[in-house]
This record gives sequence, C-alpha cells and structure tokens, in this order.
Amino acid sequence: MASNYNSAERQRIAQQRLKIIAGHLQKDEDGEPTRIFANDCKAEATDRHSSSTSTMPKRRQEVMKWNGWGYSDSRFLFNKKGQAEFTGKRYRLSGMILPSLKDWFEGTFGASLQHKTPAATSLSSSAVQPPSLNEDFVQDLKATGIPYSHEAEDRVFRAHGHCLHEIFALREGKFGRVPDMVVWPNCHDAVVKIVELASKHNVCLIPYGGGTSVSSALECPQEETRSIVSVDTSQMNRILWIDEKNLTAHVEAGIVGQELERALNESGYCTGHEPDSMEFSSLGGWVATRASGMKKNIYGNIEDLVVHIRMVTPRGVIEKSCQGPRMSTGPDIHHFILGSEGTLGVVTEVTMKIRPVPEYQKYGSVVFPNFEQGVACLREVARQRCAPASIRLMDNAQFQFGHALKPQVSSIFTSFLDGLKNIYITKFKGFDPHRLCVATLLFEGNRERVLQHEKQVYDIAATFGGLAAGEDNGQRGYMLTFVIAYLRDLGMDYYVIGESFETSVPWDRVLDLCRNVKERIVRECKDKGVQFPPLSTCRVTQTYDAGACVYFYFAFNYRGLADPVHVYEQVEHAAREEILANGGSLSHHHGVGKLRKQWMQESISSVGLGMLKSVKDYVDPDNIFGNRNLLSSRNQHRTAARAGVPVSPQ
Amino acid sequence: MASKTLYSQRDPALKKRDDFEDILEERRNFSDLRYALRCYTPVLYKGMTPCKPSMLKTIVLQSEQLHYVVNQVSKETGEATDIIQEEAVVILEEMAQRLQLSTIRFFAFTLSKAFKALFQSIRVNEEGIQRLQQAIQEHPVVLLPSHRSYLDFLLMSYILYTYDLALPVIAAGMDFLGMKFVGEMLRMSGAFFIRRSFGGDKLYWAVFSEYVKTMLRNGYAPIEFFLEGTRSRTCKSLTPKLGLLNIVMDPFFKGEVFDVNVVPISISYERVLEEALYARELLGVPKPKESTSGLLKARRILSEDYGSIHVYFGQPVSVRSLAQGRINRSQYNLVPRHIPAKPSEDALDFVSDTAYRLVRKQEENMVLRPWVLIAAILMQNLDGMDSALLTEQTAWLRGLARAFGAFLDWPDNEPAAKAVSSSLALHRDLVRTEGGRVLLTEQPPESSSPEEALFNRAVAALSCASYRNQILHVFLRPALAAVAMDAAATSRKDDVYGSFALLRDVFSNEFILCPGAASRTGVVTLARRERDTRDFEEACYLLMKCGAVQILKQDIVVTERGRPVLSFLSGMLEPFLQGYQVVCRYFREEANEGLTEKQYVPAVRSFAVKRILSDGLKCYEALSSDLQKNALAALLRMNALKKVKVVDLVTLKVNKTAVKTLEDALGCKVPVQKPVLARL
Repeated sequence: MASNYNSAERQRIAQQRLKIIAGHLQKDEDGEPTRIFANDCKAEATDRHSSSTSTMPKRRQEVMKWNGWGYSDSRFLFNKKGQAEFTGKRYRLSGMILPSLKDWFEGTFGASLQHKTPAATSLSSSAVQPPSLNEDFVQDLKATGIPYSHEAEDRVFRAHGHCLHEIFALREGKFGRVPDMVVWPNCHDAVVKIVELASKHNVCLIPYGGGTSVSSALECPQEETRSIVSVDTSQMNRILWIDEKNLTAHVEAGIVGQELERALNESGYCTGHEPDSMEFSSLGGWVATRASGMKKNIYGNIEDLVVHIRMVTPRGVIEKSCQGPRMSTGPDIHHFILGSEGTLGVVTEVTMKIRPVPEYQKYGSVVFPNFEQGVACLREVARQRCAPASIRLMDNAQFQFGHALKPQVSSIFTSFLDGLKNIYITKFKGFDPHRLCVATLLFEGNRERVLQHEKQVYDIAATFGGLAAGEDNGQRGYMLTFVIAYLRDLGMDYYVIGESFETSVPWDRVLDLCRNVKERIVRECKDKGVQFPPLSTCRVTQTYDAGACVYFYFAFNYRGLADPVHVYEQVEHAAREEILANGGSLSHHHGVGKLRKQWMQESISSVGLGMLKSVKDYVDPDNIFGNRNLLSSRNQHRTAARAGVPVSPQ
Repeated sequence: MASKTLYSQRDPALKKRDDFEDILEERRNFSDLRYALRCYTPVLYKGMTPCKPSMLKTIVLQSEQLHYVVNQVSKETGEATDIIQEEAVVILEEMAQRLQLSTIRFFAFTLSKAFKALFQSIRVNEEGIQRLQQAIQEHPVVLLPSHRSYLDFLLMSYILYTYDLALPVIAAGMDFLGMKFVGEMLRMSGAFFIRRSFGGDKLYWAVFSEYVKTMLRNGYAPIEFFLEGTRSRTCKSLTPKLGLLNIVMDPFFKGEVFDVNVVPISISYERVLEEALYARELLGVPKPKESTSGLLKARRILSEDYGSIHVYFGQPVSVRSLAQGRINRSQYNLVPRHIPAKPSEDALDFVSDTAYRLVRKQEENMVLRPWVLIAAILMQNLDGMDSALLTEQTAWLRGLARAFGAFLDWPDNEPAAKAVSSSLALHRDLVRTEGGRVLLTEQPPESSSPEEALFNRAVAALSCASYRNQILHVFLRPALAAVAMDAAATSRKDDVYGSFALLRDVFSNEFILCPGAASRTGVVTLARRERDTRDFEEACYLLMKCGAVQILKQDIVVTERGRPVLSFLSGMLEPFLQGYQVVCRYFREEANEGLTEKQYVPAVRSFAVKRILSDGLKCYEALSSDLQKNALAALLRMNALKKVKVVDLVTLKVNKTAVKTLEDALGCKVPVQKPVLARL
C-alpha cells in the first residue's frame, strides 16, 4: 500500500516537475524522423543499459529561433488590443494574457508600442561568408562517415551564444566570422577521430553544446585564419548506464538538461542539477563552464556532481582510472577540465551522481519589508545551514517585474483575495510597496521533513520581519527565470535591450555590492546618453557558507542612441569593474569566455594565469581548440608581458 | 552633478563664478523671531536611515570595528574588555554631538541680531546652494569651509538653516569644551568634539573614526570640518590636515557608500573679527584661552563695522570620479573591512593630493576686496606712500590680479580713487592718511622703549600683512617664478625650474603648493611627475598670458612690460625670503646645542628683534611665530636640522653648512645648484 502510494506519488511529482520547471512538451514529431548513424556506436550502445532520449535535431533552426531565445513557437507579443501574451503550448504561461505587462513595460522603460524595432525575418544566406574549407580534412572526414554540413544556416546557428551583441547582430542580419563547417559526432570514438583529423590538418575546432553561452565563448575569433569546424555534440545524448548501487549514471556529454532529467526520472532518479538554462544547455557545457544549478543546496554544483570525466584532447584522451568518490592524487585533473571552456578538448562522457526523485516538493515565498532584511535572513539561513533546495531573494524592482507577469485572473474571487493580501502587507504590516522584496523558496524531500524544514525557515524569516506570502508567488518567481530570456526578445522588438550577469561575493559585502553596482549602472547609462532611466535590478540566487551569488538584470530603452550595443557594452564593462572593486568575483557560473578574459590576470594573478597557460600549451600546443576563451592569445600575452616592464622614471 | 572641476585649469580670468545674494537683507526687513521659529523641512539624503543622536552612539559602540579594537587593546594591556568598552563609552560621550533643532532656532535668533550689528551684508552664492541641495539628496556630503574665524561654523549652520538645507554635524576642537555653557550649546547645534592630538591612542582613533563614518554611511547629516585644522591667524590657507579627510573617504574606498561629495566652501571676511588678536598672538602674546567671559568681553566688537562676508559654496566634488583610475578599490577585498589597516600608499597619495586641490579651490573662490590690493601695495611701502600713487598702483594691480583670475569684488564702474578711499575708511584702525601720505597706524602711538615701539609697528604690519595674504594665492606661483628667474644662473627654462623647485620645497609649509614628487617608497609615478611641474607650468602660463615673459624654445625672456610686474611679484615674497634668512642666520650664529623646539620660537624672536633694531631690517614677518614654525619645519624637512632625542628631551641639531647653503640661495647670493633631476 505504502509502496504503491510512493510510486504513484513519485510518478505524479515527476510529471509535475516536468510541467513546471522544464515546462516544455515533448515534441517528437519535431524531431528528425530518420537518424543517420555514422558508425556502429549506437549498435554497441544497445548492449548497455540505454534509455531512449529524444534528440535535438541537427537542424536546430527547425525547432528553435535562429535569432532569439528558445523555441520558435514560444514568444511574447503584444496583441492587437495591446495586451501582452505568450504564444505556444510549452510553458505554464503559454497561451495566457498578461494584462499588466504592457503598463510595466512602458512605465519602466519609457518604451511605447508605437515604436517598433522588428528583427530581420529570415536568414539570407548570401550575407554569410562562404565557408573556407580545408579540403584534406573534409576528404578524411567524409571517409569516417561522420555527418557534417556547411550550409549557411547551420553555420550561423553555431556562431553565437546569447550575449546581447550576438543576438542584436543577428536581428539586424549581420554575421561576422562563422564556423566554416559543422560536424555531428555521435559517440566518444567519433570525437577522437575528429580531433585526430583536425590535428593532422591543422583545423580549428570549437565544441558546441547547447549554445546558451553568455560570455562570447562561441564567437569565432576574428583573427583565426584556419578553417573553423564547430563540433556539435547534440547527437551524443544517451545515458549509457545507470549504477543504482553507487547511485551514478554514465552519460554522453551532449545531452541537454531537460532530457537528462526526463530520462532519469523514468527510472525514478534525477541529478538535481537545474541551471536556469537547463532546457537547452548540455552536460558537456556545464562541465566546461563550471555550471551551477538552482538546487545546488541539496545536490551541489557541477563540480560536486561529477565522478568521472572523459575528454578528448589533441594530446589524447584524459580520464581517471577509477570512480573513487574522492582522491588524493595531486591536483585534481577534473579541475583542469571543469571551466576549461572548450580550450582544451571535447568532453565526451561524464559519470554523474544521481539521486532518487524526491518524494515531495513545495514552493514558498516570504515578503520582507526591505532588501537589507531579506539579505540578513538569507545570511542567517546560510549560517544555520538550513537552506532549502533553492532560496532566492529578489529586490523590489524584480518583485514588481514578477507582478507584471501575473496572468489574467480567472475569477473575481482571486483578484479580491489578491487585493486583501496587498492591503494586509502594505497597510496592516506597514510595508512600503516600493521597498519590500520577496524571497522565493523551493523545498524538496520527504514530506514530513519538508514541512519541518519549511517551518524552520519561516521562523528564521519571521525574526527578520518576513511574512509568508504563499506558494503561488514562489512558483511564479521560478517560472520567471525560464521566460525571462524570451522577454528580452520582446524588449528588442521595442527598442529595449538588456542582459543579465552574475557574481559571487562574501556575505558582508552583498548589500554594498548590490547597491553600488545598480547605482553604477544607472549612473553610466546617464553618462552615456541613455534617454530613459534603465532597469537595474538584482537578486541573490544562491547562498553559501561564506557568501552568496548575486544576479543582475540590466535593460534600457535605447531610442536616440546611435550605437546602443556599444553603450550597452560600456555599461556592462563599468558594472563589472564595480563588481570587482566591491569584492565580487569575475563570474560565479557564466564563465569568462572572451567577454571577461581581460580581467583574468587581475582575478587569478599572473602566476595563476601562467599555470593555465602551461596546461594549454601542453595539452593543445597547436591551438586546435582555438576558441580563445579564458586566456589571451599567445602573442597578446607576450606583448602584455613586455609592456608590464616598469617604465623607468628617468 | 559633482564633476571633475578640481582638475580644470587653464585661463583663470575666464572662470565663471556665481552671483551673490545678501541673506541679511531679509533679516533687516522681517521678524527674526518668526524666522527662528519658521517651519524647517530640509531635503535629506535619499539613502538615509533616520536615527537619533543616541541611536548613533549605540551603532558605534556595537560596531564590529570598535569591538575589534577593544579586543585588541584588551589583549595588549591585559585589561578586561568591558573596562575598555566602558572607556570607549566615555570617549564617545565626550565626543558626540546632540543636534537639536531648538538650539539651532535659538542661534538663528541671536545670530540674526549679532550679524546685523556686525556686518553690512552676508552674501551667499545661491547657485552653490542649489548645487549643494542636489548633492545632499544624492550622496553623503562633506562640507569643507575655510577657517579664518570662530564665527565660521556658526555662520555655516546659520546659512544652511536659512536655505532650509540639512544641518551639518561639525568636527570641533576640544578646546571649545572649556567654555562651560557655550561648549554644550555648540554640541546641541551639531558640534562634536575631538582632541587636538591623540597620536597613538588606538581606542580614541577607533571611536572617533567609527563615529564619523557611521554618520557618513547612514547619511545622518552633512559632515563639516576644517581641512586646515585650525583658524589661520595669517589669513593664508594652512597646509591641509589629512586625518579626517582620510576617514570620510574610507567608506567610499571600501564600497560602503557609492560616492561621497566634498564641497569646498570659501568664507571671506572683509574684516576678520579676530584681526588684532591674531597679530598679537603671532608676536607671542598667547591667545586667550577660550572662556565664556572672554566671549562676553568681545561684546564691544558689536559696535564696530566689519564690512561684508562672502560665502561661496563651490562645486561639489565627487570622490568617486576623482579616484577613478587612481585608487584600486579591490585592494580592500582580501581583509575584512572592519579590521583597521594603514591606508595604502596610493590612498595616502590620493588623499593628500585631493586635500591640496580642495584648499586651492577654497582659495580660488575667496572674494577679494580692493583693500587686499591696497594692503599688498602698502606692504611693499611700509614707510607710507603718496595716496595718489597708491590709487594708481591699486588700479594697476587690479588689472594684474584680474588677469591671474582673482575673484575681485570690485565693480567695473567704481573708480580706483573711490575704492581706495572707502577701503581706507573701513580700515581706519590700521591705516591713516597724513598730508597726502598713507601710513600704517601704530597703536598706541607713543611707546616707551624701542622694543615696544617695534612691537607696535609689527602689530600694524602683521595685521596689514594678513590682508595681503588673502590675495597671495593669486600671485604666489608667478611670484615664485619671478624670484626664481632672479636667482637662476641663466634664463634657460630648466635652470629657472631648478630655482623654482627649490623655493617650492622651502616654502611648502608656508604656502599651498603642490605636494612634491617624492613618495614614501621613492617610486616616482607619472602622475607625480606631472604634479611636480604643475605649479611651475601654471606660473609660466600666467606670466606669459599677462605679457610679462615670453617663453622661447628653451628660455624664459622678460619683456619690457614685464619688468615692473616681476619686480612687484618678487617684492611680494621678499618678507618671506628675508624672514627665512633670519631664521637660518639664527641657527648659524646663535642656536646652542640642546635647543628644544619649545625654546626655539622665543629664541628666534628675540634674535629677530635684535636684527631689526641693529641692522635696520624692515622684515616684521620674521617676528611672526607662524613664519618661524614654517621655517623650522622646512629646515627639518630639508635635513638642515635634525631632531635628536637625548634621554627624554628632543633637541635640534644644526647642520650649519646646509643651513648656510639654503640661506645663500634664499638671498640670491649664489646661483642655485641645478637640481639633480631636470624634470621638464
């Protein structure tokens, strides 16, 4: 009886989780009907415990936008009545009307629905540089049977991540250097072959996983003269085995987050690794950028989750010989791979920890009179080490933003209740609606323990003036993270550009950093001639023993600016300087890519940088993995060293 | 709002300044009582957390910063922490302000009466007030008025109250507390009291700095203090003290506030209340200890006319934009911010450079009356001069002063003769006209001994000098260049610069000159080298602009027109050159082994008296303890003197050759050695 209930409950939760978080419906009919297997990898795989997973089509542009975020069928728009709605059927918000979004949008940005900036509708292949192919490489590759393409659409799709400047350029139909070719290996051995051939023919390889980078990591270096080949790992997406005794799963690195979770859920497991990009980002990408998931408080970040990594480098394959849970064998080689950002090789297979799908899950939220109190509460929760699976604190601007995304209320009763709640918080409790902020919570685990845990957290919150504000608010907070990227595309239709960036910072500096960075953004926008006050908002998204992760959203109306992207970049640059000056890190989980590499030396010291360089020099002496992330290119480095010689005063 | 104007330079004559408005006018026409009781609702800092003075104390006493130091001191002394914490409470009690609106209203009423009796007008630049109002809302604000009179800080609060601006808390010297009742009144009008020196007292420093920082961080109120540290008895700006400036900038360096705005404020008195007192004090009559009865006696001054006061609120300066590219704030990342640490080299350097610029800003916006021009001329003609000639020269000097960017309050249409005669009338205490000649007045006119007569002449001369000093900053750099050109072996620019650099080093305690290039670590950065020549470049620019010199490729050539200009300019510095020489001579000829700093001033004064009486030297400034102390500091700094500690006594050891070299250089007897570094 109990077990029946359990498995039924588990089933239910698995379903619910899917609907809520990953949110998107399985679209098998969109998948490629006939898959061409290059070699016998798959045949071999059938011997192992292999789950069926759905595959990202090779022609991703068939399901996804080529010049914006996410699925082609899902987008925000203002309908004829001027009301915002979200199209498609994939998300909880899909098909809904959001009555207050327009007012919020116009009020916050000074934008107007009259002033549109539509994107180029289709990709014109003629605007794309013709591929520069290394014929010998192509010949040899053909012989292996690994599928490849040099069609413009495929190449353009893999030439960018989701930085503002990248998407902005696409919307204007402008393409810089794009890969000359895309290859789709479907197993470790195929990658080995590709890397061998690339080394043999001196071709530049850029690994491509989910394409959700926000660090310019996928941008092709302008100065690269060799043929650039994008290695798309999407076809390597199988769970090769699950080991229930050790609670590990061995997975191909091209699998995307939501697929991995879905497939593991079928067996009653999960990894618990849920970065906000999990719908599209891949396991290999997580490893390569040191990703962090929203539920890291229970499951850990990617570095805590991996047990074994296999990576193909120009020197050969790097991996450990066993799966011991911890080792003292010199510096952990995994840490050369984690965060290597595609500069050393391609991660092909990963053994990851797995956990049984939690029995019970509950959202929650707490309203605080102000951000200071909220941060103090999070700090206390961290001190007592009782953080729920996820705890996030939005500032006031983000709280209001969240409200703007409330769908149309179906009954007068609900709206009446909402009204009552507002009156209670603002009038009865004396909260200033322009200062209050909200923390969203997610509890997971055994039902009894969740309820107990919930009480503990709410009790702490109460000592900081926090009031429980219901499950619904909490859930909407998390939903926001999945649709925010879609919202940016809406903004870009109406002269509004923006982006998010993050940092990690010791507890005692969280408030100072948040205030100073937000203010710096406002200040810089004004100085750079932005006509309207920007949206400059932040939230604390992760708590640690010694500090927190802070996430900023920054957007502004660029009407009247000649070069909005440049202004945007200057402001983001200033904001990053401000972060560093206030004791924040260069990045908590987005990585460095090319966007932030100018600060690497300052961040990790020149000796530290030298260490990384020497690893790169050994592993990839010919710079086959030439995306030039993280480290300055060799020449630049030498010049910098020369310039660093102190100038004599005389 | 707050801009980088601290760095703006170039043509000073074109400088745009605001207009003034008289705030006494309204007081003369409307009820003072109603004014004192009117509704006062100032705009406040947007990020302010409102709290009471007592709450402030609690925050300070509970701060991590203080706890850390208390524990540290407890470990060092073996005393229990609660005893030390108790000490901190006592220190804070003694220090803290208790700003009360009622006291302010009381002052608003009484001061209105007093000001109307004393002054013709109190003129304030209203645009400056508007800028300040804006700045107060945006960021924590630090007010930095010049300091010439006791009146300064009451006046400041009075003006801010008048304009409905947030009332400041003011750092005041502990000596005020000696005045029983007045001390507490001042405390209730926002003054907090600090000891004049607390060198090694860690606990005191911790309480004090945390108290100031807490008020700044919370945006409690604008913080006001005097960069010069004390009232300038000579009316020259004093070398800025850096302690408090360091403290108020620290919260910005450490990211605790987004920015801090500092506002230089120039208060210029047509006649300083303490005028006669100052000259006597400089001559060795000790200043009366602040006492309530002394203050009451000062009542007789109420019957005199002290002319006008001009208060110029300068452009608020954003510390953030000043520090851009100069302070690497991430240097504070690796140590918890509550642990006190010595400021880094770059922070010290930045603070000292900023202090210097701020004092120069104060100087620049000092309003100068025609009288200071007259005083400058009279100081070069101490035996008196023909009043027609005086008028002519005053008119000429007005032109020069304008060209150098002086902020003259002299309407274009007012003829020189009128300006001169009304100035002489206002300052009849100091000057008289006899048979068409203008002379300094000695008081009392008859004296028994030659020493006494000398003393009386000196009082008159030093009082007059204090007016000349008000305009000194306008002429200072070109004057140093003029002297340097006389002293230099050739007219080559680097030779002149060599002489200039030496003079600048000698006089860097005497005048506000750019802090030199040498740093504590001996690293000469590019910014420092630029700073090193800044004064000289400015001097050359001004001289060239007024046509006094031409600068050819390598040489500086005096033009025909330039000769009187240069001779006037060097004449202006002559008393200082002579005064320093007298000090040098004293050390060569008379100073004994075992001379202490305490004995130095009286000893050098009596030496100077002798010189003046026997050699007919006309240099009364050699009698000024201010000059004497500055000269001593210069000699110590330049290693011509050394402090030697014998047992408990610190004595001065003289390096006679070095003193002689310096004396000769100042007397232009020997061309100055080319400096080791030609930095041009």
